[in-house]
Amino acid sequence: MTSTFRATDGGRIDRSATVDFTFDGQVYTGHPGDTLASALLAAGRHQIATSIKLGRPRGIAAAWAEDPGGLVQIEEPFPEPMLLATTVELHEGLAAHGLPGQGRLAEVPDSARYDAVHHHVDVLVVGAGPAGLAAALTAARAGARVALVDEQSEAGGSLLGGTDRLDDAPALEWVTAAVAELAGHPDVLHLQRTTAFGSYDDGFVLALERRTDHLGTAAPKHISRQRVWRLRARSIVVATGAHERPVVFADNDRPGIMLAGAARTFLHHYGVLPGREAVVFTTNDSAYDAALDLHRAGVRVQAVVDARPEGSPRRREECERAGIRVLPGAVVTGTRGVERVTHALVAPFADGDVGAGSAIACDLLLVSGGWNPAVHLFSQARGRLRYDEALGAFLPGEELDGLSVTGAAAGVFDLAGCLADGRRVARAALTAQTIDPAGVDRLPTAPEPVVPTAPLVLWRVPDTSGAEGSTSFVDLQRDATVADIARAVGAGLRSIEHIKRYTTIGTAHDQGKTSGVLTSGITAELLGIPVQATGTTTFRPPYTPVAFAALAGRDRGRLFDPERVTSLHDWHVAAGAVFEDVGQWKRPRYYPRPGEDMEAAVLRECAAARTGVGILDGSTLGKIDVQGPDAAVLLDRLYTNMMSSLKVGSVRYGVMCGVDGMVIDDGTVLRLAEDRFLVLTTTGGAAKILDWMEEWAQTEWPDLRVHCTSVTEQWNTFPVVGPRSRDVIGAVFPQVDVSNEAFPFMAWRDTTLDGVPVRLARISFSGELAFEVYVSPWYGVAVWQRLLEAGHRYGITPYGTETMHVLRAEKGYPIIGQDTDGTVTPQDLGMEWAISKKKADFVGKRSFARRANQDPLRKQLVGLLPVDRRTVLPEGSQIVELHADGQLPPPPVPMLGHVTSSYRSAELARPFALALVKGGRSRIGDTVHVPVNGTLVPVEVTGSVLVDPEGARRDG
Amino acid sequence: MQLIECPWCGPREEVEFHYGGQAHVPYPDNPAEVSDEEWAHYVFFRDNTKGRFAERWNHTAGCRRWFNAIRDTATYRFERVYRLDGPKPVTP
Ligand SMILES: [Zn+2]
Repeated sequence: MTSTFRATDGGRIDRSATVDFTFDGQVYTGHPGDTLASALLAAGRHQIATSIKLGRPRGIAAAWAEDPGGLVQIEEPFPEPMLLATTVELHEGLAAHGLPGQGRLAEVPDSARYDAVHHHVDVLVVGAGPAGLAAALTAARAGARVALVDEQSEAGGSLLGGTDRLDDAPALEWVTAAVAELAGHPDVLHLQRTTAFGSYDDGFVLALERRTDHLGTAAPKHISRQRVWRLRARSIVVATGAHERPVVFADNDRPGIMLAGAARTFLHHYGVLPGREAVVFTTNDSAYDAALDLHRAGVRVQAVVDARPEGSPRRREECERAGIRVLPGAVVTGTRGVERVTHALVAPFADGDVGAGSAIACDLLLVSGGWNPAVHLFSQARGRLRYDEALGAFLPGEELDGLSVTGAAAGVFDLAGCLADGRRVARAALTAQTIDPAGVDRLPTAPEPVVPTAPLVLWRVPDTSGAEGSTSFVDLQRDATVADIARAVGAGLRSIEHIKRYTTIGTAHDQGKTSGVLTSGITAELLGIPVQATGTTTFRPPYTPVAFAALAGRDRGRLFDPERVTSLHDWHVAAGAVFEDVGQWKRPRYYPRPGEDMEAAVLRECAAARTGVGILDGSTLGKIDVQGPDAAVLLDRLYTNMMSSLKVGSVRYGVMCGVDGMVIDDGTVLRLAEDRFLVLTTTGGAAKILDWMEEWAQTEWPDLRVHCTSVTEQWNTFPVVGPRSRDVIGAVFPQVDVSNEAFPFMAWRDTTLDGVPVRLARISFSGELAFEVYVSPWYGVAVWQRLLEAGHRYGITPYGTETMHVLRAEKGYPIIGQDTDGTVTPQDLGMEWAISKKKADFVGKRSFARRANQDPLRKQLVGLLPVDRRTVLPEGSQIVELHADGQLPPPPVPMLGHVTSSYRSAELARPFALALVKGGRSRIGDTVHVPVNGTLVPVEVTGSVLVDPEGARRDG
Repeated sequence: MQLIECPWCGPREEVEFHYGGQAHVPYPDNPAEVSDEEWAHYVFFRDNTKGRFAERWNHTAGCRRWFNAIRDTATYRFERVYRLDGPKPVTP
């Protein structure tokens, strides 16, 4: 479609080129430099969608992020919901359609990249309008590290939408020079298309840079589409301007009704005439600029309707010279039209009373109720706001450390004042940082400001339409009206936060940019209290919507959380392992052979370890090197058993408790030297136990000369398990005497393999004869291969975590965190043998003497054998006891405990389980019941050690 | 995101730190001699102050050192940080 509403000249668009795009299935043409909104307006299209609740036509009502009307769904180049036509830059091939307040996420994965950058500066300036540029120049000239971010495609802020002059030249020439000067400072980061959307503690600001959105399909794939800047600034200068505020009247939501300043921006920034016949309704002087500029551009301005009794004598004179009719002491009471405004209903207005009106034909109704400073970032940083009676707006009400507000955001609305104020706050920030603000800091000369006639604060025009405020829209996105606020107040609500939630005003896409202050004003009016007493709702980040994809950045998919793999990982993959996540580790769960399911594979792997030899990659086991003259003292204080008596060359199993006496971890300890131990923890407990040891060493016993460090990744660990393990180890390490006499259970020996240091330890987590092989991960694969080769003749079988679990459970070895839950003592686990009687104290000991710890009905770890020899009890199942007559007790049925581990056993040829059961050890031999899928399964309570209770196998 | 001043490293992002609860709750000299009630107070009971509170913090993702801080639990402001071997500062 042709651009019949394009001004003959002007605007920052490239008229030498055209851009074709599609909206609601119709092809349009715009120019580079257009937004989707400006291109649609140039084609005469105002309506974007219909409203979410009432289905009323809605159009473009503002020129930037404050627009409550122009929500669109992008279809091409990539589906994206809930963008504003006013902030989408036009590019070739763009396809979009209007949205009634709800969009649709893409159904295909987003292949674009998103990333994040941290940046630290002395001064962060948000907003590249006149005040922001003045502040940035002042800071840059003083040699400070500066970041200047601005949400539009180019710097200039309000200057882009006006005709201001500086130094007797168009103000944008100064903007160009200022940007060039900033680019010459090496410590200045200047980002356009970048919205500071959140300000937090200690000078932390998040900003979203839209890097390639404006390029459409031409966006290079290697450049991230959007980037989150994590900015940390010593001083923040907020120069975010102001949003124009509408006045509420009946049927104020029709397409063609627009903020006055927005129309001026569409004309000057984009070269667009938003209509042919305009009525301007205002309460202040600023809208006269829109009336006069549109008139000069060829729009017929039917009338300026000024609610002030006298209007503005000076501006009225200007209008009359231009032949524009001014109606002071009048208001717009309503409109006509359906898909586009056709008439403004204008009536005299005096002392709050509306007289008899008449209709003025127009296709454009411009509205200005004053200006709301954009105080969002100040307020997010917990700055208090104060209500300014004269402006009818909320302004920063206090000084914040490290954050200052300038320009229109601080209520300074004239150009000369903005430049001077920008420089002032920048100098103050520099002084606070003891940076000398001296240096060249000439700023251009702006025309002497003209003192405007005082504005009238008018929130709403009394509804004379008979609709009682039900078509007087406060929040267009939520279809919320004056009648809704009246209903909330009538229901007894007083707090503005409650009224927001009752009416949903301010909860939509725009977060109340145009509706928030109106709601405060109208509520105060209805309650008959001052606006200051009503206040505003809390400003929360983000200032404008941010896609989750951008917040996630690169932390998604495989990069969401680190994946830790051992040096054997590729071998495991090639061997067909099925992996499971253990914390961040990828561990082989089992190695199925063709046609095997998990059950079959695990039974085979278990049988191999019990009858021949198996091998496990146990490298994820936590390992902590504890060194120092007092290493043994520290371990004695933290373990329940004695570690100082452990001999160099030996290994001891140990249990650690919290001060409450509950088990927090277990594992084996190797004494490497008088002053050095290797502490082994569970895979999941590695980091936690290192923290625990360091906490006690630093906070309670700083006199101990001991240091701890993680060596988990410095050692691969391969348990070689089973009756033939001695043959395998003996074959691979011929220098080591592997006989039981020379190398007994719970001993370790160092050796070498082709010059590579290897440590062997006789530790068993299966009850079988077993050797753990420790080697640097650099040689892990080679040593693993040697073990496999040597074990080939014995049918050596790699096994995974599932088999490891079955083997340990058959022996009653608990997994801390699976068979325990933070309420289980060593005594509950039947580990009195691991509690030293000799030590005067250790962490947890005193709690063992508490009465609750002596209770014979504490839950204790026992074995369970399903009587049917068939059912694998689901882990987590509850355990109940039947009455003597075989009936369940009446509800609530007392729970005796729960199943903590449950597997099928090759060795026992039946399923078995471990469980925590009240008074469990006194129930051994009893039959209790476990509900499984609605059936009560009888199970026999046994001791926790079901395989080789005598321990006859560990020496082979 | 706050900056927290580590006494050894200087100001660092709060995500580098872990909270360690109330400070100046020493492990009893001889646990075997305290009553069950006294022991329970040591294990389970902590103050729940609104306002200035002496706390333990650990620079977990940095130097891994523990230190103490006086922090206002209502405003989150860190007013003082001090090393474990220092006395609890007297605050006005
Ligand atoms: Zn530190």
